[in-house]
Amino acid sequence: MLKSKTFVKKTRSGGVLKIVREHYLRDDIWCGSEVCKECKDEAPVLQEDACIESNLCSYPHYLIPDTNVVLHQIDILEDPLIRNIIILQTVLQEVRHRSATVYKRIKDAIHDKEKHFYTFTNEHHRETFIEREQGESANDRNDRAIRVAAKWYADHLAKATDNGPLKVVLLTNDRANKEKAEHHGLIVYRCEEYIKSLIGNPELVDRLALTPDDQNEITGSKLLFPEHLPLSRIQTGIKNGMFLQGTFHANRDNYLEGTVFIHREGAVTNEVLLQGFQNLNRAVHQDVVAVELFPKERWVAPSSVVLQDDNPDDEDAEEDETETENKLKSVASESSALKPTGRVVGIIKRNWRPFCGMLSQSQIKEATRHLFTPADRRIPRIRIETRQAATLVGQRIMVAIDGWPKNSRYPNGHFVKNLGTAGDKETETEVLLLEHDVPHQPFSQAVLSFLPKMPWSISEEELKVRADLRHLFVCSVDPPGCTDIDDALHCRELENGNLEVGVHIADVSHFIRPGNALDQEAASRGTTVYLCGKRIDMVPELLSSNLCSLRSNVERLAFSCIWEMNNNAEIIKTHFTKSIINSKASLTYAEAQMRIDDTTMNDDITKSLRGLNKLAKILKGRRIDKGALTLSSPEVRFHIDSETHDPIDLQTKELMETNSMVEEFMLLANISVAQKIYDEFSECALLRKHPSPPPSNYDILIKAAKSRDLEIHTDSAKALADSLNNAAIERFPYFNTLLRILATRCMMQAVYFCSGMDNDFHHYGLASPIYTHFTSPIRRYSDIIVHRLLAVAMNADSTYPDLMDKHKQSALCSNLNYRHKMAQYAQRASVAFHTQLFFKNRGIINEEGFILFVRKNAIIILIPKFGLEGTVFFENKDKPSPHLTFDTEGPTLKVEEHTFHMFDKVKVTISLDASNIQHQRIRMALIEPVIPGVSVPVPESEPEAKKPKLDR
Amino acid sequence: MAGLELLSDQGYRLDGRKAPELRKLQARMSVFAQADGSAYLEQGNTKALAVVYGPHETRGSRSKSLHDRAVINCQYSMATFSTAERKRRPHGDRKSSEMSLHLKQTFEAAVLTELYPRSQIDIYVKILQADGGNYSACVNAATLALVDAGIPMRDYVCACTAGFVEDTALADLCHAEESGGGTSLALALLPRSGNIALLQMDARLHQDHLNALMEAAMTACKGLSKVLDGVVRQHLEEVSVLTSE
Ligand SMILES: [Zn+2]
Repeated sequence: MLKSKTFVKKTRSGGVLKIVREHYLRDDIWCGSEVCKECKDEAPVLQEDACIESNLCSYPHYLIPDTNVVLHQIDILEDPLIRNIIILQTVLQEVRHRSATVYKRIKDAIHDKEKHFYTFTNEHHRETFIEREQGESANDRNDRAIRVAAKWYADHLAKATDNGPLKVVLLTNDRANKEKAEHHGLIVYRCEEYIKSLIGNPELVDRLALTPDDQNEITGSKLLFPEHLPLSRIQTGIKNGMFLQGTFHANRDNYLEGTVFIHREGAVTNEVLLQGFQNLNRAVHQDVVAVELFPKERWVAPSSVVLQDDNPDDEDAEEDETETENKLKSVASESSALKPTGRVVGIIKRNWRPFCGMLSQSQIKEATRHLFTPADRRIPRIRIETRQAATLVGQRIMVAIDGWPKNSRYPNGHFVKNLGTAGDKETETEVLLLEHDVPHQPFSQAVLSFLPKMPWSISEEELKVRADLRHLFVCSVDPPGCTDIDDALHCRELENGNLEVGVHIADVSHFIRPGNALDQEAASRGTTVYLCGKRIDMVPELLSSNLCSLRSNVERLAFSCIWEMNNNAEIIKTHFTKSIINSKASLTYAEAQMRIDDTTMNDDITKSLRGLNKLAKILKGRRIDKGALTLSSPEVRFHIDSETHDPIDLQTKELMETNSMVEEFMLLANISVAQKIYDEFSECALLRKHPSPPPSNYDILIKAAKSRDLEIHTDSAKALADSLNNAAIERFPYFNTLLRILATRCMMQAVYFCSGMDNDFHHYGLASPIYTHFTSPIRRYSDIIVHRLLAVAMNADSTYPDLMDKHKQSALCSNLNYRHKMAQYAQRASVAFHTQLFFKNRGIINEEGFILFVRKNAIIILIPKFGLEGTVFFENKDKPSPHLTFDTEGPTLKVEEHTFHMFDKVKVTISLDASNIQHQRIRMALIEPVIPGVSVPVPESEPEAKKPKLDR
Repeated sequence: MAGLELLSDQGYRLDGRKAPELRKLQARMSVFAQADGSAYLEQGNTKALAVVYGPHETRGSRSKSLHDRAVINCQYSMATFSTAERKRRPHGDRKSSEMSLHLKQTFEAAVLTELYPRSQIDIYVKILQADGGNYSACVNAATLALVDAGIPMRDYVCACTAGFVEDTALADLCHAEESGGGTSLALALLPRSGNIALLQMDARLHQDHLNALMEAAMTACKGLSKVLDGVVRQHLEEVSVLTSE
């Protein structure tokens, strides 16, 4: 089948390497069309009846987009309406090099059978391959390759259909390319032209990204910003120290201010303050930029002014700008601590993503250009063009930035999609997932194709190689309603009087093989995200809730960690094995607790639970003796109405003995596995560490305790644990909990890391020298990697290069850490949103709380009943502020005649402030202590607080 | 920058081959008149030269000779200009001596050494250009050179590599595929009997995958043997035409 070959020489810049590769051309690459009889394609992708109603093309046609169309208009291509597209290999390769995200999206579209996207391997086709000509740039060659392939298709289809109606249409926005293609007799349209010709799809037009040509039309000619330097000059500038490279962070409260965090390690200045429109020079939050430092005499302190960009109409706003900036500077120069300042000279890499937010309709009635206000305050407003403004008002929408020309006050963008009515539960959940970068799209066909075929059963081969533990009395203990059961346990007495304890973990790595689309998706998601009343799975449901879930009375594959222990919970032997189990019961914590406590029950499961419980207590005691911390943070659970899905009650989670029983064995398994994989792979074990916090973190904790005449020692985890245990005040039982909550806030974040890239393995909170995550592979990707490592160590599975590559693993760890952090934020945001919903219809509630922190102009209050934190401000915009004196030593705040200390008991009213629909929040106002002019009277509608209980 | 995509979703490899397809193989025999046998072989961009001397009396110390069969002496080397990065390649570095040893083992399994007791057969192979599958190219070239020298063998020895990418076995890897990660193995086969002369794999592989990979390599070797056979027959025709004239 190999017809001929040519050599393609590729020279890689940077070295003098000349890479010579073979390039085979074939004549067995088919066109992929149903109508073609010439090609021997068994499953043609492109339909015969390829009809989209269009003013321009009245005939059935296939579209061939060029690279830039795919890169910029992927939003359009993903629309279900757009089908029968030929993606050329040349285009696909260029996209792959230029944008990983678009590449993934286009691949998903290709895998989607409904879309009828066909990939034509034109670079290896005998008739469509072309060689680069002398003096031709790589881009020009690729454009020509696209034209040649399009021409081939046109001729081939004409021949195949005897000059039938079917045609190919090339989409390109490149003028020169279009002209050349027309010269060759091809049908060519600009993407805009074509999309606008489609009948009955006004929404699609809004989703078009603006091309540089259009952008010039929109904006005025007046230059507002200095020009950005070209990349080459930026690079020289960075090399010779003229410029600094860093990531731009916009200030949340002041749109005319931002900070650039310099990348270079050990740099003299690692933060540069940017102030003013010109100096920010179109940098958007998270962009990588080059900055030039100003001389020392222009350095200032950051202003503490709150400035929000809320000019009603953009066209008039420009004159006010200088005025605002002057105000900013005068305020800034008053302070003492000076910071280096500078200006943005160029953008190295934009980090634009689609932003969620709301449309502010233009005041001109027929206008099609409107301003969009993102939910994230750090993102500037974006100008978009849409004809459906009237329907979009009051909706949450998504907008992508296309560019920011130097003569435009705002960046230009395009409408991507409508997320739904603002304030709606589904809409707001969608928004918070998008804003926290939580991947939550349904799994693509490519991902699903790697799932096991149903009906599934354990194969003969698996039975042969696995330990058969189906006879053991294994059971699982989880929160109520748990469908993704990661772990199950058993305990039985051995003949020698010792105990055998087994922790059985779902064998997810059996189903998710390294490197395939399913694996890549799980690795990218990193974790399952639990929101109030919603779960965003890391792996498809068939695995998470069925095949991997260790449900009772079904046979499941497991990865077991089995210890032989004596009655003093000392490990005599540890053994890991892949196994088959059959759980005898899926219990809730409460059910398990009941069995343990009920002396009349003596079945095998209960006996097993009692054994586990006994050992767990010893293990826990020993761990706490070593200095493990038991910290608390108020966790709130919502009782959600089963029909309306509205929260009807909130409750702080209660902990039972069985909670800590399960936890204890999970910790033990994690530690045992961590040691094993580190012994086996010292360079590439995936571990988890919890660094000890710098001593200064504890200042606030020590001060707070001191104010109550107590002493907290923070020299070691052990000392801290001990002094927390001893810190108690009579008639103030909640005091200890408050201290522990405060201690939690002093802690560092625990992180994943690769053992070959770090020296410090210590887990501070657990007081363990080594730790990892092994026990929740259904919902954490880290555990899948740990399973794979352990399986290789036991010769139960094969290794693969990325598993043994410490750099790749380190990169994976940073993604996992990022996803875990974002998942946590999303979870908090979800709780906050549901709290708002809860308070929405309850008017004003008054409640008792404690002061958690004292700030310069406010106190932060914790309401134990709701696990809710809120701020009482003592400064108001509309009325004169009370007399405030702040003492950092206490810390205390004196308001008029009353002094607030940390942990003081107060009474507040709680209500929902919905004045800004994008930023609703819980508002608290002081009732007790009574401070004239500051506190508010007790609301009359007090009985409302009890209302939720009556509802049920 | 994204790395290389070794196998596209459409099933094409970097150079346009499908998974089981071999690279183009071209070879010439009797390229040196002085040697007893010689051959030049191109497997894609990998180019190898093999020269055979012998059988002759063992040189050097007598102790090396064997009373019941011939000793096979192999020497492998790489030309300085054979790779993209030009570097000095001292003789007898670890990699070449290992390769020499492997070649020796391969041909001890194939050559009817018992026909030449107390003698020696020298095989010299040089890689002129390296683009993956150096070992296989050497074996294939040496086979042709041995045939050219008229040394009796049980069968052609055909060698080929195979590698694993995304659960698909690829035959006859080029350099980019070899260095792209994943496990690869090299197999030298006596195609008619199906006996394995040498099998080498450096990285770990799960045994489930071994059969698929072996199968791919075996099929590739059998395909190669047909090509080699063609080369030999054509060479014979040319020679017989010459001699008949
Ligand atoms: Zn065709």
